[in-house]
Amino acid sequence: MAHASKAPQSFQEIILRLQNYWADKGCAILQPYDMEVGAGTFHPATTLRSLGSKPWAAAYVQPSRRPTDGRYGENPNRLQHYYQYQVIIKPSPPDMQDLYLGSLAAIGIDASLHDIRFVEDDWESPTLGAWGLGWEVWCDGMEVSQFTYFQQVGGHDCHPVSGELTYGLERLAMYVLGVDHVMDMPFNNPQSPIALTYGDIFRQTEEEYSRHNFDGADTAQLLRHFEDAEAECQRLLDFPPLDPKTGKTIIMAHPAYDQTIKASHLFNLLDARGVISVTERQAYIGRVRALAKKCADAFRLTEAGRDAEVAQ
Amino acid sequence: MSDLLIELFSEEIPARMQLRAREDLKSLITNGLVEAGLTYASAGAFSTPRRLTLSIEGLSQHSTPTREERKGPSASAPAAAIDGFLRATGLTLDQLERRADKKGETLYAVIEKPGRAAPQIIAEVLERTIRSFPWPKSMRWGTGSLRWVRPLHSILCILSDEGGTDIVPLTLDGLQTSNTTAGHRFLAPNRFSVTSFDDYAGKLKRAHVVLDSAEREAAILQGAQNLAFAAGMELVADDKLLTEVAGLVEWPVPLMGRIDDAFLALPPEVLQTSMREHQKFFSTRNPKTGRIEGFVTVANTEPADHGATILAGNQKVLSARLSDAKFFWENDLRVARAGMTEWLDGLNAVTFHNKLGSQSDRIARIAALAREIAPLVGADADLAEQAARLAKADLRSAMVGEFPELQGLMGMYYARAANLPEAVALAARDHYSPLGPTDSVPTDPVSVAVALADKLDTLTGFWAIDEKPTGSKDPFALRRAALGVIRLILGNGVSLHLRDLRTVAEANIPETFRTGEFLPEGAGPEYDSLLAFFHDRLKVFLKDQGIRHDVIDACLAMPGNDDLTLLVKRAEALAAFLKTEDGPNLLQGFKRANTILTQAEAKDGVEYSFGADLKFADSDAERALFTALDTAEAAITPAMKSEDFAIAMEAMAKLRAPIDAFFTAVQVNSENEIIRRNRLNLLHRIRAICSGVADLTKLDG
Repeated sequence: MAHASKAPQSFQEIILRLQNYWADKGCAILQPYDMEVGAGTFHPATTLRSLGSKPWAAAYVQPSRRPTDGRYGENPNRLQHYYQYQVIIKPSPPDMQDLYLGSLAAIGIDASLHDIRFVEDDWESPTLGAWGLGWEVWCDGMEVSQFTYFQQVGGHDCHPVSGELTYGLERLAMYVLGVDHVMDMPFNNPQSPIALTYGDIFRQTEEEYSRHNFDGADTAQLLRHFEDAEAECQRLLDFPPLDPKTGKTIIMAHPAYDQTIKASHLFNLLDARGVISVTERQAYIGRVRALAKKCADAFRLTEAGRDAEVAQ
Repeated sequence: MSDLLIELFSEEIPARMQLRAREDLKSLITNGLVEAGLTYASAGAFSTPRRLTLSIEGLSQHSTPTREERKGPSASAPAAAIDGFLRATGLTLDQLERRADKKGETLYAVIEKPGRAAPQIIAEVLERTIRSFPWPKSMRWGTGSLRWVRPLHSILCILSDEGGTDIVPLTLDGLQTSNTTAGHRFLAPNRFSVTSFDDYAGKLKRAHVVLDSAEREAAILQGAQNLAFAAGMELVADDKLLTEVAGLVEWPVPLMGRIDDAFLALPPEVLQTSMREHQKFFSTRNPKTGRIEGFVTVANTEPADHGATILAGNQKVLSARLSDAKFFWENDLRVARAGMTEWLDGLNAVTFHNKLGSQSDRIARIAALAREIAPLVGADADLAEQAARLAKADLRSAMVGEFPELQGLMGMYYARAANLPEAVALAARDHYSPLGPTDSVPTDPVSVAVALADKLDTLTGFWAIDEKPTGSKDPFALRRAALGVIRLILGNGVSLHLRDLRTVAEANIPETFRTGEFLPEGAGPEYDSLLAFFHDRLKVFLKDQGIRHDVIDACLAMPGNDDLTLLVKRAEALAAFLKTEDGPNLLQGFKRANTILTQAEAKDGVEYSFGADLKFADSDAERALFTALDTAEAAITPAMKSEDFAIAMEAMAKLRAPIDAFFTAVQVNSENEIIRRNRLNLLHRIRAICSGVADLTKLDG
């Protein structure tokens, strides 16, 4: 961790350091999932891969969207589009906490100067039918990460248990870089010939998407798309496992799961448009959860999601 | 004798679970050891965020040997019987003893269990305790199947005496007991070995871990008070927070900061709630201004720069949080000053219950009901209605959205900001009260009217849709609402008829919602199940005040029992009366009169309510009773009219001597039928007069 001695200069340097750190620790560095998701947990590399007994270790940046959090780029730390850094290791290693603390050191958080705490936070995702126990990690009173030992995903018990880390990158970086408004944060090295701030890149899109999320999106169409995604998910899962063309068993768990992701994001948009009442809300969440569970069931029948024969 | 030390070292245990966990560890282990035949002198349990520790002193080294003797069948019994006995005892035939007796020879099994060594017992009890530990929520980790609150990393288990220290061997899912532990996560992470509890506690302290939570609490409190004092401030006491913070740190280091001036205009409750809920900060008050102006945060480390970095970081987080709060506050004030219509409209979209409509529907019902109640509690009807319409507006405010526990209180601030009458502001704050049996009861008449209307609408509504509490299930907290009504009525001495109000409340609920039954089958018109629910709650409430259930029953049977103030006044007077010397004696006299009369009425098939005639009285005692009844009636009738139960009871008590004398001197069932009937009519007067006060037949004894 030679680079840990010098403080990082930019948002991207923090991301690069995390990438290098977790690559050093043996994680596969994946790329973001190419769909709109609410959090890094939705990436199939976490949701689906935390099922079954096959060992897994991955880390990736995931652009995440929370339509209701849009503030037209004006709020110092609230964004409708932001980045999460996600680490998922199965089985969770005994030194997971130390590995995590090492990653903080790698981005310049010195444990001898800061107050780092593990504060109880039970994680639950009603839309994914998932829950786990762990903490929110505080650095000097600020939540910098979410640390969870998955117990259940898509209604399935996790055997073995995956350890999941989620870093809210903007907030963490603002703290490390000492920036008060996210839009002022240097994105690349401020000494670069063309220095770019976070605002240079995202202020305009935050405005555009805020307007879109709150006023622009066509709710009738969103509702239709939600129904379509729900139906398509089910349709894909209803195919017989045997593919007549190849003669192989091919269960379309991932394509079906894509439809779950879609339904979930559409629900978030509908929620931001304020067209879902309190009572309907629970019903929609239940519908997405039902899809997630079916996809988890299907994935458990596939090569990647099956329990290895030797596993206990 | 030896001393046992156990430490279960894990990843961070939630603060709120630590107290219960260390108590459970102590009771499960000590009970297990005692059940297995060991004895001990004393035990103490400790917890930090990363460890549960149990120290047992004076533990016996062996369990006491036991000898059990069981009598079996006769030696000459059929083979099946003997086989059965062998199976039951687990012995073979040649291990049995044969003892001669009258019937020949009988088989005996003598089972001797030698004392077992403590380490063996400890290992068994410890394994059982860990595997079945009653965590509120537990988890698995890695590939294992062991469950603990968070991953368990090491188990220290040592037995020590003058001869030295031994590890009690045990392996649990690959985790082996040892004599080592680790210090503070950052300040002293290395593992070290220990030989005894004193050695352990001492070394831990050098490794920056204060083992005893009471000691950590004391250190935090002392440190925080000193910091506040040095800054000319005083610490706002918060015991719950203190316990929580002590469960978050192994090495507490309090640090003090000031709240930025920009936020000092926020209500103190907002500052305190935000700091406590989000940051676990203590508040400090400036005694000169009375305002919350500073905070104390407690770090879990001793940093090289004496906390400058940590404090700066915490200050920054606090400023961000309070910026949010200030934004909410200012935004909310704008909406409040504009008449709160934005919020009231918003409540249209909030479902209260899918069978009882939206919050707006409910507020309209409460407002109508508050209007009806107002004159009964001395409140202005217009004001009560206005207060009810606005009392829940703050539910849509941004501040209450962020801090639901500030509901009502924010309503008060916003009502004041909107220049609404103070009674409206107070009703916003107080209409949820009382929330429990000890919560204070609002006294402002407008608050009382709205609080009563709120609860009565809730109760009537859920009754109407048949969502009554059953057994332990009371998801809508209806028992609490009923107790609230009772306390509001009694606490303010309000006289109102719940049955009438229920009718008003029920009329507000649209016909389509109504599915529940108010009248159980076969019940008379005087009965309805909601009133019975109030009476049940009242009985529980009065029992806690020392009033017997039969006294309450005697009063419940009287007319006007839906006026709880009247009911309780009567019950209190009756309870006091029964405590006097005359009370129980009069009761005996009454019961005797009632029994004789009831039997005679049943036999003769008439009711002796024709009035007794003095001219047929043939003894002094009888004539004296006539006079006494006249006197009593003359006193009781006006007293009852003015609901002065004490006076009525006092007058009734004066009947005791004449009734006793009458029964001593006179045989009611005289040979002379005219005299007999006259006496029965006289007994009827006793019954009528006494029964006007309370239904004495319901009383025990």
